[in-house]
Amino acid sequence: MIELKNISKSFGDKLVLNDISIVFERGKTNLIIGESGSGKTVLLKSVVGLFQIDKGDIIYGDVLFTKLNTIEKREIRKEIGMLFQGGALFDSANVEENVMFPLSMFTELTFEEKRDRVNFCLQRVNLENANTLFPSELSGGMKKRVAIARAIALNPKYLFCDEPNSGLDPKTSIVIDNLIKEITEEFDITTLVNTHDMNSVMEIGDKVIFIHNGTKAWEGTKDDILLTNHDDLNDFIFASPMSQRLRKLLRN
Amino acid sequence: MGILYHMGRYFILMNKVFSKPQRHKMYYKQALRELENLGINSIGIVAIISLFMGAVITIQTAYNTENPLIPAYLIGVAARDSILLEFSSTMVALILAGKVGSSISSEIGMMRVTEQIDALEIMGVNSAGYLILPKILSAMIFNPLLTLISMMVGISGGWMVGVFTGVITTEQYLLGIRYGFIPYYITYGIIKAVVFAFIITSIAAYNGYYVEGGAIEVGKSSTRAVVYSSIVILFFNLILTQMLLS
Repeated sequence: MIELKNISKSFGDKLVLNDISIVFERGKTNLIIGESGSGKTVLLKSVVGLFQIDKGDIIYGDVLFTKLNTIEKREIRKEIGMLFQGGALFDSANVEENVMFPLSMFTELTFEEKRDRVNFCLQRVNLENANTLFPSELSGGMKKRVAIARAIALNPKYLFCDEPNSGLDPKTSIVIDNLIKEITEEFDITTLVNTHDMNSVMEIGDKVIFIHNGTKAWEGTKDDILLTNHDDLNDFIFASPMSQRLRKLLRN
Repeated sequence: MGILYHMGRYFILMNKVFSKPQRHKMYYKQALRELENLGINSIGIVAIISLFMGAVITIQTAYNTENPLIPAYLIGVAARDSILLEFSSTMVALILAGKVGSSISSEIGMMRVTEQIDALEIMGVNSAGYLILPKILSAMIFNPLLTLISMMVGISGGWMVGVFTGVITTEQYLLGIRYGFIPYYITYGIIKAVVFAFIITSIAAYNGYYVEGGAIEVGKSSTRAVVYSSIVILFFNLILTQMLLS
């Protein structure tokens, strides 16, 4: 579980996150949704400590993350896996070396044991026989799957996904969504997904948090979302004419 | 204020770079890779430039000392001292600031803008230490070797061109090379090479590590790395010369 208590973050005079409190539950896929520029990525990066928050507390399990020093934070981060928007794979390393990197850095496993673990993770994301390929040889969807494999290599307690479907076609997006959902349940981890893809929300959103202008504007489940009367949320969800027609149908 | 800000941030980064490595084996592997990237791959350019510079120094000295009262072997003395004292350490460092410095800055800068550095941080890796320390150490180990290669090739280049153009004979050149030779000049060149290697790699890494934006900013950081490291090299050349030769 991750708990945020009244966190705020500014860049210069611009208040990007304003007094946000959320509980992200374990074993569930927690989705953060909102328009571009609403503060989703800043929120995610603040939770993992890439941005220093100005106010409030971030609690991992029972550890007060915000009070830890850099070295103590690194220890917590070993329990975190993160899927970045562009994958953030190491260009100079092939798929196997990318997935093996955290194992080589933080475990005492032998090379064979590490390779077994890499193969297991790659198999889990349906990427067998891609070990020797370099990131430049992979498609967008494959890069995301390698990034997920790397993120789960160390059996993390927490998984963070920043726009996992950006740049992917709808079919591949569903594959990635399902993968995130399955991994969350299978390994009983706390997953935070940052997205503005409504398909993802409806597919995997165990818990949905709507961020609007840097504040938490709404919180609920994927079932609640279609029937909400929250104006800003409705403007966001039903932005396209097709979704507006769908909404009318649902209401009728 | 800007300079103070950058100096402060540079020293904070260096503090992170020189903190205890998390896993020596991984750093060692990375350092071996950098030895090839930054060192072995620079031998060619250093050798070519040294050869031609040695040749040019010899010819210029010869044409400036066309006087029957000045013995010809002094051309060898002048070529040797120019190469050992200044050219092979400072000039080679300036060339490497362009080649190695821009490469380091753009590599780390691209890693920053494509979130690879963030990925390392999220994994709990000291990204500054892991990415920068092996580069600094590799350059500090290999640059003295490049300097020695430059000294040998430069002196050889002077001899070849001197004999080929007929401005000096082999015997006169060899006499000049040996005449009043002070071995400390080689030590002096090596000390400068080590200091300049640190300057090139650390300033380039600093510029790449704090890039914000995209490809244009990475390009700008690369240019800044070359300009700043060249200026700092010249400044430290002055200080080291005063300290080591006076």
